[in-house]
Amino acid sequence: MEHYLSLFVKSVFPENLALAFFLGMCTFLALSKNVKTAFSLGIAVTVIQGITVPVNNLIFRYLLQPGALAWLSPELSEQDLGFVGLISYIAVIAAMVQILEMALDRYFPALYNTLGIFLPLITVNCAILGGTLLMVERNMTFADSVVFGWGSGFGWAMAIVVLAGIREKLKYSDVPAGLRGLGITFITVGLMALAFQSFSGIKL
Amino acid sequence: MKLIRNSLDKVAPLFHKGGKLERLFPVYEALDTFLYTPGEVTAGASHVRDGMDLKRMMITVVFALLPCVYMACWNTGYQANLAIQSTVASGTEISQIVANGGWRLAVLHIVGFDLQAGPSLLFNLIHGALYFVPAFLVTNIVGGTWEVLFCCIRKHELNEGFLVTGLLFPLVLPPTTPLWQVALGISFGVVLGKEVFGGTGKNFLNPALTARAFLYFAYPSQIIGDKVWVALDGYTGPTILTTMGSQRSVLPGGGTFKAVIGPEQLNISWLDAFMGWIPGSMGETSALACLLGAFFLILTGVGSWRIMSGVLIGSMGMATMLHGIGSSTNAVFQIPAHWHLVIGGLAFGLVFMATDPVSASMTETGKWIYGILIGVMTMIIRVLNPAFPEGIMLAILFGNVFAPIIDFVVVQQNIRRRMARNAA
Repeated sequence: MEHYLSLFVKSVFPENLALAFFLGMCTFLALSKNVKTAFSLGIAVTVIQGITVPVNNLIFRYLLQPGALAWLSPELSEQDLGFVGLISYIAVIAAMVQILEMALDRYFPALYNTLGIFLPLITVNCAILGGTLLMVERNMTFADSVVFGWGSGFGWAMAIVVLAGIREKLKYSDVPAGLRGLGITFITVGLMALAFQSFSGIKL
Repeated sequence: MKLIRNSLDKVAPLFHKGGKLERLFPVYEALDTFLYTPGEVTAGASHVRDGMDLKRMMITVVFALLPCVYMACWNTGYQANLAIQSTVASGTEISQIVANGGWRLAVLHIVGFDLQAGPSLLFNLIHGALYFVPAFLVTNIVGGTWEVLFCCIRKHELNEGFLVTGLLFPLVLPPTTPLWQVALGISFGVVLGKEVFGGTGKNFLNPALTARAFLYFAYPSQIIGDKVWVALDGYTGPTILTTMGSQRSVLPGGGTFKAVIGPEQLNISWLDAFMGWIPGSMGETSALACLLGAFFLILTGVGSWRIMSGVLIGSMGMATMLHGIGSSTNAVFQIPAHWHLVIGGLAFGLVFMATDPVSASMTETGKWIYGILIGVMTMIIRVLNPAFPEGIMLAILFGNVFAPIIDFVVVQQNIRRRMARNAA
């Protein structure tokens, strides 16, 4: 149990996808103007991440990794399907996003409209693919991947909500004309990452 | 007084619109309102009749910091003088120490201080001031230049807010920080921490801490380690936190901690640490000076007692818990809570940094949450994170990042509660 708890904390804070690895930056910067949108996007990413990482883990463990096909027949134990890795992970992610999109369109039309183009773009959000690839690189067990998926998704969601909070406050700031919009957001994210450095070095 | 007023009025047309020096208006305005009450009143409908404006608030903080400044000068000198004395005792010639000691020792030697005699009040103060004052001047000249530059180009007011940043920053530096790093740090803090957001009141991180954190990550070897805390070249004078962090063996029952502060290692009593007679950043060592500052800030209503109590409760609670849990591999767990309060920068950060009204939470409930978050984070970084011996600085930056969202949640809760009340 302790192992899973520390894995969760690690994926939320010291290895925060947005503020330590700088993954998923385009949606992170574009949809953090107000807290409510950021919060919904955060939930969407957490759900997608929480489902795709474990599913991709199963695909990796039982289909793609070297010798993974041994459970089908002994002749296949030499096979390595790693070269179709990227495309299979993306396919899983795209399918998940499609399902989520249809569900949102049906049950939460207001949210569906706010998220707009960025919802299908979650498919190519590097935080999502990054989560899966980190899982593959670290060769996680299935249980680990569930914890890591939800943890890293939650960490990303937390980061975007916090950024949105800051940006709502910065509405009252007097930013030089050339820096308004994305410019100041980049600086803000950089300063946030500086504050998140406090976790670097914690060994869990 | 009349004379200054008259001469200010005489040059006034030069700075007003159409005057020759129109661009430098913020400088004139700052000087004028620094010396006299501003002449303008609000034109709109809302009036608050109160002498407590931004200017008085910032100046109050500067006054509250004076005990820390005094301790910064005295203790920096005291530690350096002790170090000289012990080096002399170990057989080094005094002339050799002076030769290696840089311009400060040369000046003291020429002025006629007996370097062998060891610490005396005046000697300590002057020796310490020779470290503190240059850092303070560099901070204010470099930071002030940026400030004036932005004010003149962006046409906003120059105000006393910078005096606070300019005093806080040198106080949290180790005495041996090179002056060019001081300049670099304060430039980062003022420009990227404050001015790109539009100046005082519009930033979301504390500029002094941003500057310190920048130096911390950019030049780690000059800002942490064993050799930076005592102002004598090459002299090792570690703080309790760095010594505890470097302990490789853990004795049962708090034994390692007692060994570190005991006569065989650092020989520090709790009272020493409370008074501030220990190596550390220039202004941070004395919990007593911070306590005086805290009284002054709470009395005048400038510093939020909610934030201070929050940090205190959070850090002491977390420290007690971690002390209770204990660890067989990490010696820092053995530091008891009441020691945590007096060592390192916790007291200083708690009183002066966390309460910065701009970057802290604004709502009353939010202030408690913000304070407790900082307190807990401080202990987590100090005790659990082997990479950083000190935690308060990063914990406050972390709190600053979370402050707006804490406020948001508190405000939303309040709206929801009142809607429910009115609906019924």
